[in-house]
This record gives sequence, C-alpha cells and structure tokens, in this order.
Amino acid sequence: MSSQVQSIVDKFGNDATRLMDIFIDISKDKGHVGEEDIAEIADQLNISRVDVEQTLSFYHFFSKEPRGKYNIYLNNSVVAEFMGREEVADAVEKATGTQFGSVSEDGLFGLYDTSCIGMNDQEPAAIINGVVFPKITTYRVRELIKSFRAGKTVTEMVNSFGGGQNQSALIKSMVTNNLNRRGAVIFSDHTAGDSFIKLGSMKPKEVIEEVKNSNIRGRGGAGFPTGLKWEFCTRAGNKERYLLCNADEGEPGTFKDRVILTEIPHLLFEGMVIAGYAIGAKEGILYLRLEYEYLQNHLETILDDFRKKGWLGKNVAGIDGFNYDIRIQFGAGAYVCGEETALIESCEGKRGEPRNRPPFPVSVGYLDKPTVVNNVETLCSVVKIIQNGGEWYKSMGTKETSGTKLLSISGDVRYPGVFEIEWGMTIREMLEMAGAIDPKAVQVGGPSGRLIGENEFDRTICYEDLPTGGAMIIIGQNRSILDVIKNFTEFFIEESCGSCAPCRYLTVILRNRLQKIIDGKGVAKDLEYLAHWGKQMKMANRCGLGQTAANPILSGLENFIQDFEAKIEKGKDFDTKFDLDKAIQESSRAVGRFPQA
Amino acid sequence: MSLIKRIFSSKTEENISGEQKKEYSENEDHKNTNKSNVMNDKIKFTIDGKECKADKGANLVEAAKANGIFIPTLCHLEGVKPAGSCRICNVKINGRFMTACTTEIADGMMIENNTTDIQELRNIIIETLFVSGNHYCPACEKSGNCELQALGYRYKMLVPRFPFEFEEKVVDASTPKIFIDRNRCILCKRCVRSLKTKDGKSIFAINGRGHKAMINIDHELANKMTDEEAQNAMDTCPVGSILKKERGYVDPIGSRKYDKKPIGSEIESVNK
Amino acid sequence: MSKPIVATTSLAGCFGCHMSLLDIDDRILELVELVDFNKSPIDDIKEFTQMCDIGLIEGGCCNSENIHVLKDFRKNCKILVSLGECAIMGGLPAMRNNIPIKECLEEAYLNGPSTKDANPEGILPNDEELPIILDKVYPCHEIVKIDYYLPGCPPTADLIWNALVALVTGDEMKLPYEVIKFD
Repeated sequence: MSSQVQSIVDKFGNDATRLMDIFIDISKDKGHVGEEDIAEIADQLNISRVDVEQTLSFYHFFSKEPRGKYNIYLNNSVVAEFMGREEVADAVEKATGTQFGSVSEDGLFGLYDTSCIGMNDQEPAAIINGVVFPKITTYRVRELIKSFRAGKTVTEMVNSFGGGQNQSALIKSMVTNNLNRRGAVIFSDHTAGDSFIKLGSMKPKEVIEEVKNSNIRGRGGAGFPTGLKWEFCTRAGNKERYLLCNADEGEPGTFKDRVILTEIPHLLFEGMVIAGYAIGAKEGILYLRLEYEYLQNHLETILDDFRKKGWLGKNVAGIDGFNYDIRIQFGAGAYVCGEETALIESCEGKRGEPRNRPPFPVSVGYLDKPTVVNNVETLCSVVKIIQNGGEWYKSMGTKETSGTKLLSISGDVRYPGVFEIEWGMTIREMLEMAGAIDPKAVQVGGPSGRLIGENEFDRTICYEDLPTGGAMIIIGQNRSILDVIKNFTEFFIEESCGSCAPCRYLTVILRNRLQKIIDGKGVAKDLEYLAHWGKQMKMANRCGLGQTAANPILSGLENFIQDFEAKIEKGKDFDTKFDLDKAIQESSRAVGRFPQA
Repeated sequence: MSLIKRIFSSKTEENISGEQKKEYSENEDHKNTNKSNVMNDKIKFTIDGKECKADKGANLVEAAKANGIFIPTLCHLEGVKPAGSCRICNVKINGRFMTACTTEIADGMMIENNTTDIQELRNIIIETLFVSGNHYCPACEKSGNCELQALGYRYKMLVPRFPFEFEEKVVDASTPKIFIDRNRCILCKRCVRSLKTKDGKSIFAINGRGHKAMINIDHELANKMTDEEAQNAMDTCPVGSILKKERGYVDPIGSRKYDKKPIGSEIESVNK
Repeated sequence: MSKPIVATTSLAGCFGCHMSLLDIDDRILELVELVDFNKSPIDDIKEFTQMCDIGLIEGGCCNSENIHVLKDFRKNCKILVSLGECAIMGGLPAMRNNIPIKECLEEAYLNGPSTKDANPEGILPNDEELPIILDKVYPCHEIVKIDYYLPGCPPTADLIWNALVALVTGDEMKLPYEVIKFD
C-alpha cells in the first residue's frame, strides 16, 4: 500500500467532498490517478471505486491512464484557430511523433486538445505541465520539443515575462495582461483594505441595502441582481452559509478574471470578505480553474497577508464575531462548472453536473447549506460600491444597467485584451475602440451568446439590449462563418456533462448536419432542420450550457443565412453523404481487390 | 397517388386513447366532486385545462398519475430522488418548460402536457435516444418490455428522423450475474441512483462526460450481487442495458408488457 | 384507371418481410385485384419492365449490389417504402457495424465453425462477379430518398396491408397501436 496516497487522503481529512484536491495532489506526484490509487482512495474514504472514478473521469485534466512526462494541452478555441493553431498542432505532432489525444510511445509527450484556457488575446497558447505558453509558433514548437527531449524542465523554457504582476517572483509567467483600458470601478486606484473602514460601521443588512441600491447585476452573464441574491440567502433559515466565488471563466473568449487575479486579487478577496459579512458566511471559497494554477502561489500569499492583517480569521477587519476565512478550490477542466450548481457539485468533490432547480443555492447550496455564488467581477465591483455608495455606481452605465463591464476582446482586432467600459457602448464603438480589422461578425458573450453581423452593430451593450458576460470575439471578413459555428458547436459537445439526453446527443446530431453542409452535401431542408432541432435545445435542457448550445447555429442562421445558402446544393432535395467508393475501401483492402474505375 | 401525403402522419395521443380519455374524464369529474367535500387541503391545478387535485408535496408526474393523466418518463423511478435527465417529462408550467419529475406540484399551476410543441420535443428526444445508441430491438431480450421502445410505439415513431451513427459501445459481461450492454443504455441513471449495497455503496456510476459518458459497474461489488439483486437491477433498467444472466425471452411475444397496450394506458384507465 | 404497379425486393434481409406480406392470408386475393406486380421475387420478374408506383424495400444495404438495386428502385418507383427493421435501421446485419471488416470476413470464411476446416488455403472470396461488402450496413434512407417506413421484424401483415390499401386508395392509413412493433 502506497502511503503516499494515504497521506494525501489524510491531509484532506478523509473527506470525500475533497476528492478534487485529492486527485490534484496525486496527479502532481504521479501525473495520473491509476487503478490502484483509485482503489486505495475508495477504501480509505469507504466509498465504491466507481464513485471515485466517476468524479475523476469527468475532468479534462485528470487521467486514469498514465499521461506523458510533458503534457501539452493546446487550446482549440476559434481564436486559436484564427491565429494559426492548425499549423502549430501539426508541428507539435511532427516533433513529438504522436497524435493529439495520445501519449508518445516513449511516454515523453502527451498531446491534448483543450477548450479555451483563457488566453484568447495571445493565441495559440498551450499549458504544458502547468506552465502557460502563449503566442506559440512553429519555430517555438521545435525549440520546446527539442529542449524537452534534452531533459529541460518547463520552467527552464520560460523565456520572457508578461507585464505587471506576471513578472513578480511568485508568478513569473509569460502571460501578458493586455489591460487596454482601465475604468472607474474595477481597475481604478485602490488601496487594499480601504473598504473595511466603512464596512466596520455597517450592519450586514446595510451592506445588502447598499448593494441593492447600486442595481448591480451578476457579471457572469445571467445578470441576477446581486443584492437580491444576498438577501435571499440571509432569509434561508440555516445559519451555516457559504460564499463561493466563481473564477472558472470557461466561456471561450473570456479572460478578464485572469487579469483581475493577476493584478488586483486583493480587490477580489476584499469583495469576498464584504459579501461574506453581508450574508453571514462561515467560509468563502474561490473556485479557480486549473488553467490558472500558475497564479496559486501569488493568490495564497495575498490570502496569508490578509490573515496577518486581520482581514481573515477571527473578528475579521475588527468586526466583533465575524469569523471568516477563504480557501481556494481548484477545478480541473470542465466548462460546465461555471454553472453555479455544477460549481457547487464540483466543490463537493463530485461530477460537475448542474442540479435541478429549485431549490436554488441561496437556500440549498454547498453542502446543502445556503450559498451565494458570485462572479469575480461582481465581487470586485462590490468593494467600490461599499466605498463610494450605490448612487455613485448607478451614475454610470445605462438606465437599467449600472456601472462598468469588463470586456475580453479577441479575434481579428489590433488590440486584443481587457477593456473596462461603461455599459451602453455600441458594438460599433467597441469595434473601433479595439481596432477591429474588417469585421464581419461579433460573437457576443462567447459561444453561448449571440453571433451578430453588421446589422446589429449599432446595438448597445447592456441588459436592456445586448447583455453579455463580456467575451467578445471579432470575426473578420475572410473567416468562414460556418467553420466558426462548427468550432463553437464542438465546444459544447466536448463540454456537455452528458446528463440531459438532448444536450448529450442532439448537439452531436447538429454538428454532423452542419458538417454535411460544410462538405457541400447539404440541401435546403437541412437548414430548416438545423433551426428546428436547435430550437428544441432551448426548451429541453436543464442548464445554461444545454439551453444555449445551439445558439451559434441559431443566431448564425438568423444573421448569416447567405453563408449557409451558399453551401447548399442547388436543385436537390435529397443528399446523404454516402460515397460508394469510400464505403468499399476497407473490404477491398481486406480481400485484395481494388475498386474498378 | 397524390393523396398519399396525407397518410403516415404520426399523430399522437388522439389515436390511442381519445375515447378512453373521454370516459375517464367524466369519471374523474365525478370523483372530484365527491372528494372536494372531504379533502379541502388538496392542491388544485390544471393539466391541459382539466382540473386536477393532488396531495401537497407530490411531484408532477405522480400528481398527474393520481388524476389519470400520463406524463411520459424514462429516468423517473418512484421512490428515488428525481434526476430530470431524460427530459421526456418536459411540460409547460405557466408557460415555461420544466421537467415534471423534478417539479413539486403547487396550487394554481397551469400545466400543458399534451400539446403539439411538447409532443414534438418528446418525439425528438425519443428519436435522439434511438440513434445515440445501437438499439437492435429484434435482438434484445427486453423487447416488448422496454420503456424506450414503448414510448416509440405510443407516439408512433416509424423511423427516427436522425441518421444512425452506430457508435461503438463496449459490453461488460465480466460479472457473474449481470450483463451491461451499453449499446442500449440511455444514461437515465436509474441504476446509479437506486442500486446500492447494504452499506450504501454505489454499484453503478457514470464514467466520462458528454456523449462519451457511459455506465460503469464496480466489479468487486457486482461480483457479490445475489440473484435477487441482479433481477432487481434488470427490472430497474428501463431498457435492455442491464440484463440478468442465464435468463431471457421469458415472456412470449404477444404477452409482453407493451405488446397490446400502450405505456401509460394503465394510468389513463385507472378510474374506469 | 389501370391498377397501380408494385415492385418488391429483399436487400440485406432475410425475406421475413416478404413472408409477412404473404401473411395477409386471403386478403392476397383482394391484393391481386388491387395491384399488379412488376420486378419482385413474388412473380420472379428480374428487371423493371416499366415505371412502378410503389416499391417495397426489405433489408438494408450491406454490399455494392444492394446499393445498385436500391438506386434502380428509386429510379423506377414513384414511391419507395422501407419495409422492416433492416431497411429502416440496418437491423441484425448492422450488428457487425462496429466490427472491422477484416475480422468479419475472417470469421465468416476462415475461423467460423463451419469453415475453419473447409478452407485450408485461407481464401477470402474475391471474384469480380461477387458484390463487395460495404464498411457498414446502411439503412436505405441513408442511400436514397425513402418516402414511407413500416417498422417491425417483420412488420405485421396488418401493417403492410393497411399501408398498401392506403397508398392505393389514397385514404388515411390506419395505425392502431398493435401494428407498430420494432421486433
């Protein structure tokens, strides 16, 4: 019996809700969590092996099979494709002698396609053994693989540092911030802990009132009023409450939280303290995507600093009886965990499958206790709201959408990066601001949002008109809209938890039908089918992922029907992709016959 | 020959039990008037305009059933916490799509169950399930007793509208009492949720995610299954994915559960 | 008006659907009054001699000849009906769809209990005259446009009868619960 696994399970209190941490630690040691490890964990936690495995197998960054000594997780988001991903992927396969989705025979390299890793402003990017390698070129690929073969470590291959805190001793990352525009809320000047002076004089109820007064709505995209959410939570009978911060920004094209966590994590933690105080939370948990593991030491150090200053622990910020701490919970590569109930499940060491609602997390959440789940940006904004007041906050933005918004802008633009804007900007202004290059379309809010064209460029970014979580992917005139839509659809196929039947498989059917059209085998009826089947997804599925998985297809059909029609076979009402020559190839080979011309 | 287009349309409920329903609803009205005097604490709601009553705390599938109305289900299993994963029981509640199995009935709910768009959604889900697996009904031991097939019959599915993909699924026959044939699995998780050992451990669990998700079995625990547990596992499975070994085709064709009567007809005729 | 003309064929099927067609019992006398048969195993007409109104297809497509025949039916029939599970979804022959072709052939001609001693030279049949098998068994509607589907293994005689009558008369087809079966 390996005592190593045993001590890891011990370290987390033999608690099955800490399975994620257990897997992460074992993976760090061994690179994978093998059959024997699973058995050992199961025995020690007194649960069955399949239960251990069902969590393990859910997450992209965990594996039961040994992975390589160097594992290359290459982003496959659409912007990565724009920026030459295919060329880079080919170079990686050639240099390592293995295919994506496999480990090289010598066990040196594991190659994995990976959904957006939050680096859309510096693609193509990959995570190799926890280190982010942005802006990869074929030259860089050959250099990296050669050096790895020569035994160099990933940290030895870090050859530059991004700006700001990326250069600090605790991060030392090649990632650049691309913070292109600071606004009046999130990125305005702030001295850590400033808001606590005011907080000490406020009752939790007053904090909630101030937040309600600001009209701030959740910044993840769904836009639920934050103050109201907090209030609901305090109304739940149970006194053991939790605050969860959702730092799992997995929507392809979003990377704003990365910049916050790098540059102003103290603002976030301050916000988590305020929210914790307001709802009477016992503990705050930062659910952080494993893609941002490189920020761990940086974040832990700031948390320690908070504890030293009395901003975490007992009687936080000098408030009598307010005992509260924050811990970081890592995810492990699952977009759906950005859905708040899936996030809660994941925090409990389970598969990230969204729960049925009601009950809502504010009454039955983490460990079945009342829980508030807030976005990183929301919690940062709250600090400034407490400091400057709800009225101040309301003075920015539009009538119904107050404050500022962080946009993550990427794609065919001269200045990809994070922009803090006041709500109410038009798409056209945004394109101008970021230096869009010959834009044909904008994917507003990432794949789950809306694909718009020129006809909607005068719409304004706000809840009254065009709401968004902030991911803005600019698509130039030279891009194939159908390929973009296919990339988005495949993202949803990969990231579906698999629970709801339509999300699990209707997405695959939709993708296949789209592929048929792309292959030039589509007929006019196929477009009707795509629209009709896609519409069902909205009605049929439990969570936001499934409900929006057909959005790229549906809004694509709405705004770019000419791109679809151009691919449709004229004058045909029936075509399958059947190809007789292809269908007899395998058997011809088997019997040694070659198809006659 | 041009008239042919009119036929083969797969109309749904009307054909099956229009008459039964009419008779039933008369009885039901009668029953309600009798009851209303004694049971004022019951929750009142409507399904497709028909006034219904149920006990507080009942979920919508059960509440509808108590009123003689069938809401189709696949993942639902009485007495087990609802999963809401197959989505077949989607209904419209006060204009919004919700799964009936996960919804507790509330006073005044206006529920739509048998409408064209809901039926279309259900048909699409059923057809999706048929093509996402490899359902060779003629070669399946569960044929005639299979709930997915029965829904196909009830809703007159002549052919799924989607192409068959014939994805490879692995059969696990390595435990002594049961087979797991993943070709037929619809991932309803009934087995995952309900079949536990005496000390509460899971025998079945999901592995992987998305369309690659599949049911896994804990071999160590499955090896200890009794005949009775194996039978229970088979009965829990709505399709032919979990089968008890050394047993099959017990009921002759013609006397199987859904040979003569549609699934749900037992609910609709309950008060006849 | 002349009688509608019916053609039938069995592709990768077992002729069970044709048997079921004959199972309409004495109604077969009525059927003869209703329709004429052209290319069909029933009258042994090998090639189409005229355009037909209805083509009944049993079986899916497992080899190149099936494809040829099916396309010929599409060309020569105004309406095509997929008859039975094999035509509709490949049926039992499609259970080989996840097994590599080579393995299938070797099992059939080299390793199977009836062939392993009878084929000492290990020959996989490969005469130019033989149709070549496809990578998988295809449902008919994945090859040509199919107008109607009659499920069952085989479809019940009543289902086939109801369908034929409806097609010929143009009346709405009767679909009582008992006639739709997938086995």
